[in-house]
Amino acid sequence: MTDFHLAQMNVARLRAPLDDPSIAGFAAGLDLMNALADRSPGFVWRMTEEDVDGFPAPDRGDPAVIATMSVWESLEHLRAYVYQSAHLDYLRQRRDWFVPGGSSLVLWWVEAGHIPGVPEGLERLRRVTTEGPGPEAFTFRKPFPAPGPGATRPRGERPEPLPARPA
Amino acid sequence: MTTSENWDDLAAVTALSDGVRRSAYRVVADGGPEPVGRDEVAETLGVGRTLAAFHLDKLVDAGLLEVSYARRTGRSGPGAGRPAKLYQVARWEHSVSVPPRAYRSAAEMLAEAVERGGADQALFDVAREQGRERPAGDPAAALAERGYSPVAEDGRIELRNCPFHRLAEQFPPLICGMNLALIDGMVAGSEWTARMDPAPGRCCVTLSKNNFD
Repeated sequence: MTDFHLAQMNVARLRAPLDDPSIAGFAAGLDLMNALADRSPGFVWRMTEEDVDGFPAPDRGDPAVIATMSVWESLEHLRAYVYQSAHLDYLRQRRDWFVPGGSSLVLWWVEAGHIPGVPEGLERLRRVTTEGPGPEAFTFRKPFPAPGPGATRPRGERPEPLPARPA
Repeated sequence: MTTSENWDDLAAVTALSDGVRRSAYRVVADGGPEPVGRDEVAETLGVGRTLAAFHLDKLVDAGLLEVSYARRTGRSGPGAGRPAKLYQVARWEHSVSVPPRAYRSAAEMLAEAVERGGADQALFDVAREQGRERPAGDPAAALAERGYSPVAEDGRIELRNCPFHRLAEQFPPLICGMNLALIDGMVAGSEWTARMDPAPGRCCVTLSKNNFD
């Protein structure tokens, strides 16, 4: 049992509105992939439409921008869902549906029990985009270990000295 | 190559120069994620258990195999309760290039560029074309030749080794998609269908026999 959970946010821009026939494959798989996430080992929480409505996110009103946010018990749990399940085949077709360069992913550690809001996710996204991967905002390819004792450590990564956590 | 790290790789690869030892390595590698005991290796190779154990331990010393201990089920008699020493392929990769070449670094840069540019489909198209140029009469044999370690069972083929493993871990949708297109091209027009079917410890692609009913 670790004291930290892994949060994920992904923002991507569709090539056409969600109800466009060219996006049908994406739209058709959406519920299936969400259901798969919900029953995957290590799943804690994911953002739903109602959660988004509560936040003043940029690009709101742009129906082509799709955002996902979720929390998992560990990086390995999220990785297993994203890359070692039926989700991988869905991901393989991403360029049919999304504008290249218009999507970005960020991962960060949250204290167990904390549910991140959209502004928090967007701030982490800004950090990883402008400063590159670090302990406070990173990617699958360059992960950082969870802070504190009992934390899971990504394979092959040496723990980095951690700055004080923001309140 | 010239770095000390690569001299270690050279030592690891040199450990395979003995024919019996190379065969022992292959028996363990073909076991996929399942660890293999010395008795099984001895039996497959038709050599004594002591000789099999000698070669297996040499492969461990060279860093090519890893050891684990587990009680094997279905045993009886003296020693049945003692955990058996089991072997599996170490997760480290070794490559030696003379003179020095760094194709993996180039592959990483190319993959990153394809990903940034969103040129996934171009890569998939190239992979499918290359697969078609090397059609697989017998897919299992063709895939074995290309290092996939195929295991055929009940009209289905699983691939125990991913030839693109390190790159696939870094760029999963891109490289697994490329791999699927490559194999799809190889079996095009045959009685086999390749599909994305990821699971831990093996290649993300499996093949199944077409149903002509």
